[in-house]
Amino acid sequence: MSIRIGIGLPSGVPEVRGEVIMRWALRAEQGPFASLGVIDRLAYDSYDPLIALAAAAGATQRLKLVTAILVGPLRNTALLAKAIASLDQLSGGRLVVGLAVGAREEDYDAAGVDHRGRGARLSEQLRRLRQIWEEGRIGPPPARAGGPPFLVGGFSDEAFARAARYADGYFHGGGPPRAFARAAQAARAAWVDAGRPGRPQLWGQGYFALGDDAIEQAVRYMRDYYAFTGPFVEKIVEQLLTTPQRIVQFVEGYAEAGCDELVLLPAVGDLDQIDRLAEALP
Amino acid sequence: MRVAIVGGGPAGLYLALLLKKADRSREITVFERNPPDATYGWGVVFSDRTLAEFREADYRTYREITDRFVLWDAIDVWVHGERVRCGGHVFAGIARTALLGILQRRCADLGVRLVFRAEVTQPSDLPPHDVLVGADGVHSIVRSWYEDAFRPTIAYGRARYVWLGTRRTLGAFTFAFRPTEWGLFQAHAYPYDGRTSTFIVECAETTWRRAGLQEADEEQTLRRCEAIFGDVLRGEPLLSNNSRWIRFPTLRAHAWHFGNVVLLGDAAHTAHFSIGSGTKLAMEDAIVLANAFEAHRDVEAALRTYEGERRPIVEAFQRAAAQSQRAFETTDRTIRLDPMRFAFHLLTRSGRISYDDLRLRDPAFVDRVDGHLARERDRLRLPPPPAHLPFTVCGLRLDNRVVLRPAAACGATDGVPASSHRDALARLASRGAGLVLTEIVAVLPEGRITPEDAGLYRPEHAAGWAAIVGAVHAEGARVGAVLGHAGRRGATRPRRFGVDVPLRQPWTLLAPSPVPYLPESPVPKEMTEADMDAVRAAYVRAARMAREAGFDLLHLHFGCGYLLASFLSPLTNRRTDAYGGTLENRLRFPLEVFAAVRGEWSGPVGVALPASDRARRGIGEADALAIAQAFRDAGCDLVEVTAGQTVSDDDPTYGPGFLVPFADAVRNGVGVAVLVAGGLASIGDVNTLVASGRADLCVLEPWD
Repeated sequence: MSIRIGIGLPSGVPEVRGEVIMRWALRAEQGPFASLGVIDRLAYDSYDPLIALAAAAGATQRLKLVTAILVGPLRNTALLAKAIASLDQLSGGRLVVGLAVGAREEDYDAAGVDHRGRGARLSEQLRRLRQIWEEGRIGPPPARAGGPPFLVGGFSDEAFARAARYADGYFHGGGPPRAFARAAQAARAAWVDAGRPGRPQLWGQGYFALGDDAIEQAVRYMRDYYAFTGPFVEKIVEQLLTTPQRIVQFVEGYAEAGCDELVLLPAVGDLDQIDRLAEALP
Repeated sequence: MRVAIVGGGPAGLYLALLLKKADRSREITVFERNPPDATYGWGVVFSDRTLAEFREADYRTYREITDRFVLWDAIDVWVHGERVRCGGHVFAGIARTALLGILQRRCADLGVRLVFRAEVTQPSDLPPHDVLVGADGVHSIVRSWYEDAFRPTIAYGRARYVWLGTRRTLGAFTFAFRPTEWGLFQAHAYPYDGRTSTFIVECAETTWRRAGLQEADEEQTLRRCEAIFGDVLRGEPLLSNNSRWIRFPTLRAHAWHFGNVVLLGDAAHTAHFSIGSGTKLAMEDAIVLANAFEAHRDVEAALRTYEGERRPIVEAFQRAAAQSQRAFETTDRTIRLDPMRFAFHLLTRSGRISYDDLRLRDPAFVDRVDGHLARERDRLRLPPPPAHLPFTVCGLRLDNRVVLRPAAACGATDGVPASSHRDALARLASRGAGLVLTEIVAVLPEGRITPEDAGLYRPEHAAGWAAIVGAVHAEGARVGAVLGHAGRRGATRPRRFGVDVPLRQPWTLLAPSPVPYLPESPVPKEMTEADMDAVRAAYVRAARMAREAGFDLLHLHFGCGYLLASFLSPLTNRRTDAYGGTLENRLRFPLEVFAAVRGEWSGPVGVALPASDRARRGIGEADALAIAQAFRDAGCDLVEVTAGQTVSDDDPTYGPGFLVPFADAVRNGVGVAVLVAGGLASIGDVNTLVASGRADLCVLEPWD
């Protein structure tokens, strides 16, 4: 199986202490993982994704550092360009930037940013970031010429188009393997339609919580974190990977559908989740 | 738990009996406007899968329903005086009154309170309750009380239809199409008891008006429809039941539950009758909602679970129904197909059933289709599946319907194709495609999209391409040169870096009007007549070089916002001379270029044309058909449909086969051979599209 597995930091789980984030990164570095991911939420008890990754960068040497995903339009593009380039430098070119418009209007309200027109702003942001690094007025330059790889997330046709036109691939927002397969098909179609050479990178994600002691807490977190989706939250809870068997099926399903890298995000912040996941992987 | 259900149709009754059966202590009351024996509608249809769900939900009513069922497995298509039959589909029909009777009796036996002739107009008309269910149809009263929470929208279809019945007993699901002096009429008919059939008549709004049916009373409508469909009816009269000509309302609601109020069936969603019955969806809703109350004590949680589970399923159904509805709204186009193809097109209209599915259901039918397409009278030889049918375009015979082309190539220097080009095309040819196309080859250096694009504008280019053509021919495929000029999308970096990223030192771009593609793109030069002469001459020169190189086919890329496409679209062509303004003017220069190439090249010429700008005020279907028609009349042998990219802020769609609806419209609306690309990955897709007459050639994009 050529699929790579990443693991999320518990930076989106409420009440996780700072040292846990650091120890999590250290331990993940020793595990069978290709990357370390963070989620992004403003109006919530969650860490700033880029700050969390910067801390993880100091604790690791090998792992790729991934925003899964960052809500681009919440942020000023020039400041974001500086932050991304700084993090790329600090990590020695290990950064992968997943960007999307996000699904929560309240995050836009909290940032004082207009929710309308967010799609067009993300497109502009994607184009502008590389321009800024090229102009060189706002340093440092990213560690890699042209900047880190970009992945665009989202479920809409606009997202597929954006990924194809301005990024290096597509980051799926979670769901069963067949949902990923459908989105991957559309992402590939958009890639060819835009006349891009080669293939888009295809990334996926899912939430896990292993062990009987973790499930109840994980379900509570999912219900809280995704409360805004209304009835859909039950679907998300159902998707939670709570047994080694589900992990194996999920990973194999994603591999089958052509996923390049699958980031498994923790739904509880206990450090032993890392080893439990490592043992469960096919 | 006290449950008040407004609406005594199948959904409300079924929910009532399931809730009561699960817990007899529940107080369930159903309020129905009409008396118990009122009959509205004729018959309803269920598939075998729905029946399995009924069996599990309530065996007793399942038994009664199936005892009364008529079953059939065939679909008949009556068109052009022929009847085409396809078997292997399982359908079950029952009279709506019989179904209601069964459900009412079961409710009464279980102790559900049924209140008939109940006029419920405001919430205070109802007794105290813990849950309120709106199962009162598309014009739901319950929904109207909480409009702000449910936020319903109703979209009306373009066609008029009337729901009739007949004593003519039908042996199959029957679709009949009848051209008349006023336009095309179509019937959807199916049996539902041993004697009677539902008979829906449908036509375009314009046809309906021309036939004077907006003034017709019930009796006149019946006589008119009997006259039109006399042969299908075999002289049996049509029956009316308070039937009126209406347009189908597709209802969607932003939410299906609010507090302790929940919508069921047609009150929450409708789907066009041509794909299945609303009754099926409504009763499936009832099953899921009843089960949700088993899983959750909390009302809110139960309602949330119900909506979470049903919504994706219903929405997928509504998407397929919308496709099916569109197919029936555009039959005046597809009616040009021969009966076999027309039937195949009809059977595959919703995108849910493919060539392979039909082969499973009725192998003999698909064999007949294969044989018909192959026009193979000789029974000893097996006709190939549609994808493997040869196709002849302007004297050029292609071995099959599969076209392959490389992803954007790169690595050319000064337009000279690299050895990687040859390897890429030879590899594609070796996969067995009948036709291999090049990537877009520039006719002028400043017509290149990127500095690494290949060209056909310098003497050494022809030789470079000759070697590539030889390599493809050696693999047994034919090869077409795709000629293009990037226009305002030129002078960008190689597409490894994303599209439309301007070069640091761009060359001068040409366009009909000085409008940049992106804010950071260079402003193109508004073309003068001299510029146009130069471009026209460059195309002719490229055609000549293509002939020298030994290409079998020319394909002119006039889509995706490149130079000639930007003449066609009003969004990019703002000229006030003879080359801008009306569609006729916007077509002028592209047609001039085409005619010049046509004069130079006697073999097959295809053109990639915009079927839609996917942007407001841009090219839409009517323009697209007029454009394709103009090129067909000018001698174009093959049209490729493209969509979007005319402007950078378009509104794309990227599902599987996302260009197929455009191909269908152009091929059958204009009567020209069509090449379609866009997310087609399997030979099965090609079989379906060719057999149904939606396209003639398909570009496959296998991703492995």
